[in-house]
Amino acid sequence: MFGAVHDQKLMYLFAGVLGLLIASTIIGNILKATRTTEARRTTIDNLNARIRAWWKMCAIFALCLMIGRTGTLVLFGVISFMAMREYMTLVPTHRGDHQTLFWSFFVIMPLQYYLIGIEWYGFFAIMIPVFAFLFVPTSIAIGGDTTNFLDRGAKIQFGITVCAYCLSHAPALLILKIPGFEGHDAQLLLYLVIVDQMSDVLQYVWGKLIGKHKIAWRVSPNKTWEGFIGGVVSATALGTALWWATPFTPLQSAGMSFLICILGFAGGLVMSAIKRDIGIKDFGVVIEGHGGVLDRIDSLCFAAPVFFHVVRFYFVP
Amino acid sequence: MSQGIHPVASLLAAVARGISGIQVQWAGCQPNERQRIYFANHSSHLDFVVLWSALPSEIRATTRPVAAKDYWEETPLRRFLAQNVFKAVLVERGGMAKTKNHEESHLASRSLIEDLVTALGKTNSLILFPEGTRGTGEKVGPFRSGLYHLALHRPDVELVPAYLENLNRILPKGEVLPVPMLSLLTFGKPIQVEPNDDKESFLERARESVSSLRRIGTA
Repeated sequence: MFGAVHDQKLMYLFAGVLGLLIASTIIGNILKATRTTEARRTTIDNLNARIRAWWKMCAIFALCLMIGRTGTLVLFGVISFMAMREYMTLVPTHRGDHQTLFWSFFVIMPLQYYLIGIEWYGFFAIMIPVFAFLFVPTSIAIGGDTTNFLDRGAKIQFGITVCAYCLSHAPALLILKIPGFEGHDAQLLLYLVIVDQMSDVLQYVWGKLIGKHKIAWRVSPNKTWEGFIGGVVSATALGTALWWATPFTPLQSAGMSFLICILGFAGGLVMSAIKRDIGIKDFGVVIEGHGGVLDRIDSLCFAAPVFFHVVRFYFVP
Repeated sequence: MSQGIHPVASLLAAVARGISGIQVQWAGCQPNERQRIYFANHSSHLDFVVLWSALPSEIRATTRPVAAKDYWEETPLRRFLAQNVFKAVLVERGGMAKTKNHEESHLASRSLIEDLVTALGKTNSLILFPEGTRGTGEKVGPFRSGLYHLALHRPDVELVPAYLENLNRILPKGEVLPVPMLSLLTFGKPIQVEPNDDKESFLERARESVSSLRRIGTA
């Protein structure tokens, strides 16, 4: 326990995040003092609300990371649970899916995190794609209701895969045995989360500043080419500059960051398409006060598994 | 009724809040210690506990559920929960049903109203599910007449409609294990019996006051 505290580079990363939070809070307050029009006021209030939320999220994340692997697994388990809860609430599930859903929440999802805890990579990697994949339709079939059978199964499987399976690859970075990097795995997780979340933030900022040309206006009217390119380039630059906290060379780090940014963008786009289909703006909006956890982590759900496997393929013998 | 909340009741309320992720909105009125009858749609065993847990604790202590005697006296555990833990007012479900024997039905419903009026007393509030039984959650079923008669007997008690949303997906009829979806509870604007109301028009308006509070999934 608290082993990570002694890790100097990890402390530098935390200090960097802290500096960023302080800087953005100051900027947010300056903007608030100089706001003029009504439209700008709404944007700035929204920005300040986001910054306040970031303080809380960073504090919780840092605390769990410092407690160690168990703390991190519990944290990500809770995030998975909250995200899947939002997803299943809003994606219309069917009365006949009740038992299947119970298993998804209380058996499949905890088991996935337990498998990381006991470092059983072989089962962790296939439990949901193979076993849960077969379990879900079987369980629905046993229920006996065949209305929209494939449709219902697919919705549940997508939820489990994105919210539990994909996201669990982020804390799974802690069990990768990278030669020469032992005991520093928390840095890799922090690197992934920083680049991924900063890519979201920077795409938002660039989009607000100079965004003009819509990318996929039918799916997500706020995504612009300017925001996308500006965000990906600046987040990749940030990730490259953090190479010292990873097992990568600066060039490798640039490639990895770029990968995280692109996949993060894909995650955001896919989740926007789902939200558009259901007819809501945010997963958190309909259920106010529950924050929209899935809106925050959609990019991480897509970036984490690919980042995990690329690192594992190239850096774990 | 003895004051104070049974510890098991507080525990169950906390568990129900956790499982249901309930989010409460006082849209048509504010929490108040005055005597009230909260009436809501019914689709899950969690309905009462969730509604009750959403009230501030000083109001909770004097608010009792109205529940079906035949179901809640069937086993010792249910009896313990109904009588000791939640201090439920147990009533004959058949009391308000339309039986062939007019006389008998009339007598039964009179004794039911008397029971409820006694339960209200000078300080208590009630939680009532006027549909009389759990529905599928798709729409609010017709109301039984108890609410109307009670309103005539106690015009001083405020009638507060409430809509419980998504609880039929968390713990539907016939299931034992809950699925932790998120749910919503909306309290609406109090209604009353108007001078030109007859039983049917009042009950339909009461039903409408509940179903109009639905916020999502209006398909």
